[in-house]
Amino acid sequence: MYQYTEFDKQFVRSRASQFRDQLERWQAGKLAEEEFRPLRLQNGWYVQRFAPMLRIAVPYGELNSAQLRVLATIARDYDHKEDNDLSKANPGLSDLKSLPSRCAHFTTRQNVQFNWIPLDKSADVMDLLASVNMHGIQTSGNCIRNTTSDERAGVAIDEVADPRPLAEIIRQWSTLHPEFAFLPRKFKIAITGATDDRAATAWHDVGLHVLKNEAGEIGFRVMVGGGMGRTPVVGTVIREFLPWNQILNYLEAVVRVYNRWGRRDNIYKARIKILVKAEGQRYIDEVEAEYQQILTHDGAPHTISQQELDRVSASFVVPASRVGTLPLSAMPIPTIDPADTNYPRWLARNVAPHKNPALRCVTLSFKRLGYSPGDATGEQLDIAADLADRYSAGEARVTHDQNLVLPWVRADELPALYAEAHAAGLAKANVRLLTDMIVCPGGDFCALANARSLPISEAISQRYQDLDELHDLGEIDVHMSGCINSCGHHHSAHIGILGVDKDGQEWYQVTLGGSDGSDLSGAAGAGKVVGPSFAAAEVPEVIEAVLDTYRSVRQSAGDKAETFIDTLRRVGHDPFKQAANAARTSTGRAAPQAATAA
Amino acid sequence: MKLIAFAAHTAPAEGQKDAISLANDVDPRTVPLEGVSRIDLNFPKFTDGRAFSQAFLLRRRLGFQGEIRATGDVLIDQLVQMQRSGFDVAVLREGVDASAAQRQFDRYKGFYQGDAVHVVPHFAEPASTLGPDAAAYAGELERQHSA
Ligand code: HEM
Ligand code: SF4
Repeated sequence: MYQYTEFDKQFVRSRASQFRDQLERWQAGKLAEEEFRPLRLQNGWYVQRFAPMLRIAVPYGELNSAQLRVLATIARDYDHKEDNDLSKANPGLSDLKSLPSRCAHFTTRQNVQFNWIPLDKSADVMDLLASVNMHGIQTSGNCIRNTTSDERAGVAIDEVADPRPLAEIIRQWSTLHPEFAFLPRKFKIAITGATDDRAATAWHDVGLHVLKNEAGEIGFRVMVGGGMGRTPVVGTVIREFLPWNQILNYLEAVVRVYNRWGRRDNIYKARIKILVKAEGQRYIDEVEAEYQQILTHDGAPHTISQQELDRVSASFVVPASRVGTLPLSAMPIPTIDPADTNYPRWLARNVAPHKNPALRCVTLSFKRLGYSPGDATGEQLDIAADLADRYSAGEARVTHDQNLVLPWVRADELPALYAEAHAAGLAKANVRLLTDMIVCPGGDFCALANARSLPISEAISQRYQDLDELHDLGEIDVHMSGCINSCGHHHSAHIGILGVDKDGQEWYQVTLGGSDGSDLSGAAGAGKVVGPSFAAAEVPEVIEAVLDTYRSVRQSAGDKAETFIDTLRRVGHDPFKQAANAARTSTGRAAPQAATAA
Repeated sequence: MKLIAFAAHTAPAEGQKDAISLANDVDPRTVPLEGVSRIDLNFPKFTDGRAFSQAFLLRRRLGFQGEIRATGDVLIDQLVQMQRSGFDVAVLREGVDASAAQRQFDRYKGFYQGDAVHVVPHFAEPASTLGPDAAAYAGELERQHSA
């Protein structure tokens, strides 16, 4: 992991004290509400339905065990439902009693969120975070957000180059950039160094692929203008190869042109994707011209020196405790109950190969019944910290799919890790299966939601608890968002679910065939809407009908079944649409009303 | 950075040659700057950040040596950012309490990226200018090179 220098540490502490200053001026009435709002947002403090939501930045998803323990403390000591005014409940939308509290929430952007911390405790929480070099800088607001990456960065077997040193250099460059703190809209960068895209790069404002050219030099393929929301757009490649040391100069050009020309008159047209779409080649030409000016006139001050790359890279060397791992043959063979059918499945699903053949990359599943997807209680965070210390050189990664990865696990310690993770309820063998859903907080917490997402995901998970069935269905991406803002990435799902509002009631639109751009899903693209929206109770029926259709038409080669997404592409959407629409009438819900839904 | 109270500021007159004001959608590279000693840039809302890029271009790209003045919705929490982007004078919005302004300039020991005024990014600064961090930084480099 990156080792913070004294400068880095001091910087985070300065930020915490700056926030306290702003909070106190606001409390004293010296800073108007609308003046404080963007300031608190740029520190991660949203105000939601009942309470502020705090979003904490986790640069490219990397966390150490000390940080996990501080998150555990915050969950236990500050994330209290009872401390908040619950009178703002929206009667149709939230079931207050069952809303989780005292827990952290892993997000699709590899960050961590809390839902119940009162604003008057916010400065204390920032100080606590700063004690382990954490903060909420630019986790919200119209600025460059946390740069996300591959959860297996640095350990993946399909990696061309480790993207983390470059991600860290980008983090530093974008942090409190004076020119780019008030852009037309938020701005998200994702970077991967692997061939399988686990970072959904095409869906970001800037997507970067680290690659090697024919001469063996490292550089980037640069995509610009991807994004979801009400207009899903896949990013456009604007540079096939940019030398690695020019990335900051180039990003400066990309963002400056956006700052000047991005639309500010209409919030729905303010994202860079709209500018890139509207201007096309003209946007690309202008970026290139601006980049040339930075090189020739400004002297390219942000050209990254080899020395700086070396300095940052030195933080990302293989942890010392994992270098001299035992040869496999010398390892004791631990015992696992042969009747535990979950264990071999866990090995197959939750354990990924590693650059070092003696090591593995293990996913702790935070998708289990009784908890919202990606929620972790204080106790579970402490357990995760212990597991990271014992089995993964003290390091964990937040994944884009809302789980935690332990990237440095010795193969011989898998049974022991399994036993402990299983006891803690974190060893469900469902990674990338149906119940490993991506779900946003939805109407239960989010003030912008049209519908709840947590109860729907719970209902679907309930229905698919049988591991045999889950594994038979195979890999499938189900993503759900409570409104068109698409925080749950429903556009990129094989089966997407989107909450829509109709007559003050919750309705759900279903999409099929979206892709995040990974090898499993193929080229990135948005799914297609099945038809009119469904009532909440119908959604699990619809999912079941779609999956039953898949099972009846899929082909198998040997013992390998055709995946859901491949089947859908082969036979087309129609049989699935018909099945889904049949599920609508079968429950006798108000079909005519639904037929006019958005 | 020099702060001016709202009452003490006068906008350039129409046709005035040595002082001009630019709307925030104007590309400063299209404006003749000969004989101009002061340019006012405007923040219609403090959340509209176009003037930061304008100031950067004036200072860095065009080498403008005169005064770049921030006007409009100017609050104290953006002053450091303004200064780093190339502004040297700011007119606080009417009614803004300036007493907390100086604290904002004193808080950070440095920033990561270069800007319009302090061009060199933190990582490229010679160790001698790194202040109290210099030893730690140099030590870290040495450790890594000898590793
Ligand atoms: C409850 C707090 C939240 C609020 C108020 C919120 C607000 C928003 C808004 C307004 C947008 C649309 C922005 C635009 O199109 O410019 C958006 C998009 C998004 N948000 Fe959230 N969000 C919240 C929670 C989350 C969570 C929990 C996640 C991750 C699980 C998340 C990740 C995203 C992503 C990935 C997008 C789509 C970005 C794109 O268009 O490329 N947000 N959010
Ligand atoms: S998708 Fe909508 S409901 Fe879900 S978190 Fe984002 S803004 Fe809230």
